[in-house]
Amino acid sequence: MADTTETPGIAVQSGMSNDLLERLRRSSEYVVIPLLALVFSGVLFSVFLFALGKSPAEFFSHVWRGGFGTSFSWQNTLVRAAPLIFTALCVAIPARLGLVIIGGEGALVLGGFASAAIAIPMIGWMPGLPMLAIMAFAGMVAGAIWIGCVGALRHYRGVNETIASLLMFYIAVSILNFFVEGALRDPSDPNKPSTKPIGSENMIGVIPGTDVHWGLLVGVLLCGVLYLVMNRTTFGFAAQIAGGNLRAAQAQGLPVGRLMVVSCAIAGACAGLAGFFEVAAIHGKANASLIAGYGFTGILVSFLARHNPLVIVPVAIFLGGIAASGGLVQRRMDLPDATVLVLQGLLFLVILVSETFYGRLSIFKSKGAAQ
Amino acid sequence: MSVALETGSGSRAIGVETVGMTKAFGNLVALDDVSIRVTPGSFHALLGENGAGKSTLVKCMMGFYQPTSGAMLVNGEEADVPNPRAAHAHGIGMVYQHFTLVPSLTAAENLVIARTDAPRVIDWKAERRALSAFLETTPFKVPLDVPVSGLSAGEKQKLEILKQLYLDQRFLILDEPTSVLTPDEADEVLGLLRAMTEAGDLTILMITHKFREVTAYADDVTVLRRGRVVGSGRVRDLSVEDMSRMMIGETEIRESAERTAHQQAALKLELAGLFADDDEELPAIEAISLKVHAGEILGIAGVSGNGQSELIEVLSGQRMLKDGRIFIGKEPYEPERGQMDAFKVFGFSEEPLKNVAVPRMSVAENMAFRTFDKAPISPFRGWLSPPPMRRQARDLIAAYRVKTPSTEEPIENLSGGNVQRAILARELSGDVDILIVANPCFGLDFASVAEIRAQIMDQRNRGAAILLVSEDLDEILELADTVAVMSEGRITYQSPMAETDRATIGHAMAGHH
Repeated sequence: MADTTETPGIAVQSGMSNDLLERLRRSSEYVVIPLLALVFSGVLFSVFLFALGKSPAEFFSHVWRGGFGTSFSWQNTLVRAAPLIFTALCVAIPARLGLVIIGGEGALVLGGFASAAIAIPMIGWMPGLPMLAIMAFAGMVAGAIWIGCVGALRHYRGVNETIASLLMFYIAVSILNFFVEGALRDPSDPNKPSTKPIGSENMIGVIPGTDVHWGLLVGVLLCGVLYLVMNRTTFGFAAQIAGGNLRAAQAQGLPVGRLMVVSCAIAGACAGLAGFFEVAAIHGKANASLIAGYGFTGILVSFLARHNPLVIVPVAIFLGGIAASGGLVQRRMDLPDATVLVLQGLLFLVILVSETFYGRLSIFKSKGAAQ
Repeated sequence: MSVALETGSGSRAIGVETVGMTKAFGNLVALDDVSIRVTPGSFHALLGENGAGKSTLVKCMMGFYQPTSGAMLVNGEEADVPNPRAAHAHGIGMVYQHFTLVPSLTAAENLVIARTDAPRVIDWKAERRALSAFLETTPFKVPLDVPVSGLSAGEKQKLEILKQLYLDQRFLILDEPTSVLTPDEADEVLGLLRAMTEAGDLTILMITHKFREVTAYADDVTVLRRGRVVGSGRVRDLSVEDMSRMMIGETEIRESAERTAHQQAALKLELAGLFADDDEELPAIEAISLKVHAGEILGIAGVSGNGQSELIEVLSGQRMLKDGRIFIGKEPYEPERGQMDAFKVFGFSEEPLKNVAVPRMSVAENMAFRTFDKAPISPFRGWLSPPPMRRQARDLIAAYRVKTPSTEEPIENLSGGNVQRAILARELSGDVDILIVANPCFGLDFASVAEIRAQIMDQRNRGAAILLVSEDLDEILELADTVAVMSEGRITYQSPMAETDRATIGHAMAGHH
């Protein structure tokens, strides 16, 4: 309203400390709203449990014990968190560009398959470390191409990236099935169609003193690296401009298409890496066990973390814990395994609704903003 | 009140009065004790800058808002207007800035469906007869059987007014009714309305910021500033200077920059036969060829929607060029980052939050769009360092007098004038060779408008080649050295400013050339 210039340079007096305070005030919004959303979905889920005649208090205490109560449950949680970190990154990176990619599961499946397939001719003569490096590389390339295609389709042909990535998940599953039930099937395993095992001597070991494989550590490091890429590089800044306002990015002459394809490729490589670790550290071969839903839970993780790579780590551990407690809940409370999925679904719904509250609550606004 | 007494003599017009109307939104008082009186059969102008409270006032009168306190009198009697339907029942109607007609229906259909008492099954024969009889009573002539999408802007605006008359609204509120019309269309519509008020058939309250329309057509004027009435009276007793002083208040307005003379400047920007499609893949601009020299402002005038926005989009890389070439100093130019920097091409446009800024990013970040990939913000390739970015922002905020609580404020929280000033700071603080500007002052207050125009003139005097697209003819007349008119996607007229005048340009805008 009062849009005049009688007080020139009024803002200059606000020095460094003021800027810092401002940033703190602004970021508190991104902590409080997700936390409230968590609490609210907990309340909703309690209502659901009441309706089933079960005690919410008992449920949550089982979740605590099953996910975080003992060192055994912590390790179980962390093993589940590792792939979630990677698949959440597959959502978080394109989200900076305003793209909603929900087909990370497809990149995970193909990444796992590619790393298992490329290992087959090397089994027996190639030493473990270079073989794992080649497998990881193959997994990342497969994932990068898969999700990179989604970005390219979006930019060059205007295909909706959400639908495309979801549908491409089904294609990825078909490709996996085609090979493990056909050309690459290991004839010595009559039960479950799988590729030939890479051999236990070639598999990735655990972090000493735990049952948790190295994938967790790689995931944490990757989150740090990608946080820097998105926040401290010109690439990340350009991606943020393009995600915030495509027209503004075009007016700045930014290569919007390249930004989209590259971000999607990075995202796909992350999910592909998840597939690689599932093969190289857990299953030892590629089969339908790769389709475990990590790609889809990763969507929830990323949204809950507001697509911030650093926040993804604790959120992935949190959701990994909920998943890990599923067994305990099932045994002790006589509830089906899917109960924790209901909790996840509720959580996702509430998180999506909570997105609409950003910028609406006046306590997070600075008083000086001239409206 | 005396208003009722003045309505005699078979006059059908009604008078409306507000008494001490106040409207607060939270802490913000948008209207503060506003009393205006519009006598029956008068043509009343409501003047004020953006944000002065004009729209809030008429929205209270129409029942879109409930005033915090104050009352409204219709023909001297207190009227309760809880919603727009109640306003209509009192005979108060409004014509909006943008059309509210259904484009796929004909004029006749639009009129009949607008009636609140339209029957379930419409007897079109009878309706047609009634419509024809009704049209006989008004001076407005509009083809009835053509879909509205086929009508010109002037005809649509007439139809909007006809619709209100057809609904028997005898007090019309017009919200900047001429903003989408050519000067000739505007004169025709306002002239007809003026005649109806003189005949006592109609009362008009017109929101405007064009003094020309006030002095030519209005009887009375009320001026609002920051939600208060700061002046009112008979138009014939007031000069344009009086009215503009009331509107602006004590705010200092920057003098318009002097135009320095250049001689035989070099050719800078050349558009050679540009073709592009609109979003529906229909031709939007065709064979646009223009030349802009160093130190020249080429002003492109035209009624909104004749391909100007598509032309700007093509030049700024937001739309694909189908055919043709852009040259800068004889070298081919593509609107991509490397060449923008090499050729020093800059630009800004109306509604910066929609076109050239990222609303949720901070002021500092938005100010760094041109410089984030260069030292000092990017000390080495690919890396980005926030401290120099904030330093740059603090310097620019001071130099361009941007009012913001801090460098970290999301730019969407700033007022319109300050957003535009922040963008100006980004685009004009470097070394500018080519400047591409579209409606830079749209929706801004006087102080910002004067500031922005002076900045554009400064750049011209420094030797930049400037392409200015504007739907505001006054802006073109004030700034341009050369004027071109765009109509239906083509350049239909071009002349040095010294050899043309408002009327000639106006005719060209209407497609007469």
